[in-house]
Amino acid sequence: MNTEKELESRGAERKPVLEVHNLKSYYESRDGEVPAVDGVDLTLYPGEIVGIVGESGCGKSTVVRSLLGLMDPVTSRREAGTALFEDRDLFRLSEKELCKVRGKGISMIFQNPLSALDPVYTIGSQIMEILKIHESITDKEARERAIELLHQVNIPSPELRLNQYPHELSGGMQQRVVIAIALACNPKILIADEPTTALDVTVQAQILALIRELRDRLNIAVILITHNMGVVAAICDRMCVMYGGVVVEEGRCEEIFANPRHPYTRGLLAAIPSIDEDKETLYTIPGQVDVLKAPVNFCRFEKRCSHACSKCREEEPQLRGESDHLSRCWVFPDKSSEKTDFEQAKVVAP
Amino acid sequence: MKRYVLMRVLKAIFTIWAVYTLVFFLTRVTGDPVDWLTQAGASDAAKETLRRNLGLDLPLWDQYVKSFVGLFTGDTGTSYYYSREVSALFAERIWPTVTLGSIVFVVTIAVGLPLGVLAAVKHNSLLDRLTMSLAVIGSTLPNFVLGILLIFIFALTLRMLPSGGTGTVKNYIMPIIALSVGPVASVARLTRSSLLDVIGNDYLDFVRSKGMREWKVVIKHGLRNALIPVITILGSQLSALIGGSVVVETVFAWPGIGTLIVTSAQQRDFPVVVFGVLVIAASVTFVNLLVDLSYGLLDPRIRKS
Repeated sequence: MNTEKELESRGAERKPVLEVHNLKSYYESRDGEVPAVDGVDLTLYPGEIVGIVGESGCGKSTVVRSLLGLMDPVTSRREAGTALFEDRDLFRLSEKELCKVRGKGISMIFQNPLSALDPVYTIGSQIMEILKIHESITDKEARERAIELLHQVNIPSPELRLNQYPHELSGGMQQRVVIAIALACNPKILIADEPTTALDVTVQAQILALIRELRDRLNIAVILITHNMGVVAAICDRMCVMYGGVVVEEGRCEEIFANPRHPYTRGLLAAIPSIDEDKETLYTIPGQVDVLKAPVNFCRFEKRCSHACSKCREEEPQLRGESDHLSRCWVFPDKSSEKTDFEQAKVVAP
Repeated sequence: MKRYVLMRVLKAIFTIWAVYTLVFFLTRVTGDPVDWLTQAGASDAAKETLRRNLGLDLPLWDQYVKSFVGLFTGDTGTSYYYSREVSALFAERIWPTVTLGSIVFVVTIAVGLPLGVLAAVKHNSLLDRLTMSLAVIGSTLPNFVLGILLIFIFALTLRMLPSGGTGTVKNYIMPIIALSVGPVASVARLTRSSLLDVIGNDYLDFVRSKGMREWKVVIKHGLRNALIPVITILGSQLSALIGGSVVVETVFAWPGIGTLIVTSAQQRDFPVVVFGVLVIAASVTFVNLLVDLSYGLLDPRIRKS
């Protein structure tokens, strides 16, 4: 984890590389519109790793897919929002202009590296493909660059790998190839959608170390989507906790891990197994994610929250707090509410 | 892989031999060719002479061995009816059939594939539903029924096209339509469903996130991965085309091997029928062999195993 000083020195001028404001993405469903993402703000500075955390269906993948325009236009719709990247609003770009941002300005890596690579083309041709999309480059140059890129993500004997097919590589190697492709055109932002979930634990650690190393070397900004608090603790500088399509808590990682405010964040942290404690069963947050219907005018976590009061059912709380730590809760809104009832939250849960 | 190819080739040769043998003996139970070739009331002596001349007096087994061995020495036998070398008859008739078949095959790919891609990309749209409804009708309608319908409408009623024969471009139109509608429909339907299976895959999203334009994503990565089932159906359509042309050629009086085989069967001209079926069996087996071997080329995961 990085100290404040390091952060400041890295993003010296502190001009955000990406500013998302009030992003709303809705899915069409039989009984109305589902607010998958319902007003998310996200600011990203060069060289920082921001984690978006939450359980399945909280809208974390929808946020990043909306950014790149990768949503299925038949079933989903972007309701509102702006996303400033290099002084342009991504949401106002034409498909053609957006194609020039994808891969070159903002890259993305996926959860399962085997399914992210096309099974019928060699590793080499899939790396050279992205170079040829964005640069006018000869086959020979592209090949050399591909070797260099594989080298950069610590793949041994890259010349041999170029002619191999994805299924001939291990999961960790496949994810390295995916990362090499994503970094090929020196993007400003790397979006990593659950990059380690499909991998072995030891390989997970290697891939996370690689992402951090590349961030340090290339000063690239990373949005890391995960449901794993351990991953956030390992490499993120800042984090956003999402629930029901909104950010319920955001701030610097040390700050949130030390003083979580929102009951949902507290629940997530309580659910991390600890080596020190010898527990029979792991803590789980009771209930499951609700399917919501737009518009929402109550706290989205109210049904699963042991602290819910009448106000939570009547009005949706807003993000409040200090600049480095915000939370969306009526009961635990700011610094003064930290630690109060935290132990109780654990006790109340089954 | 070499072993696999060798085994496939051996199996193919066995299949062709089995079909040849089966048809050889089956034709013999359809009746006596001598009755067909002689006039009513011909003397028994005359019939006997003819039978000896045709080699039909020999025991059945001897006839089989003689004609089978003959295939390897280039002796395909003599037609009872035309009194000509069978291979010469086929050499004359093969080109109209091959020409028609090739055109139909090209039409199948050129029309079926794009229709399927379009329907998949715009799936659940009006275009998709319309194409697929037509495809269901097209793939269920037998080609000879369609042929007769076409003749009825365009030749008999509207008098726009000739009902049969060959020679002008106009003669080609109806046979091509009758033979292509089914394959086009099947290929379009399969391309659509196969492509829809592929379209949900992460690797298409990854290629999109590389910045590739949508149409290129669909063709280069989508269609390329969807191709294996399509090639399979193309193969079986081609086989069906070779067999199906027998009937359709008759409907349109097309002077190809199909018509030759049908008339020869009616006339109990055994050497022609047996050789014709051999040619068809060999073509079908060859196409299937090509299809099987193409999987390895199309999918590297199959190649290695």
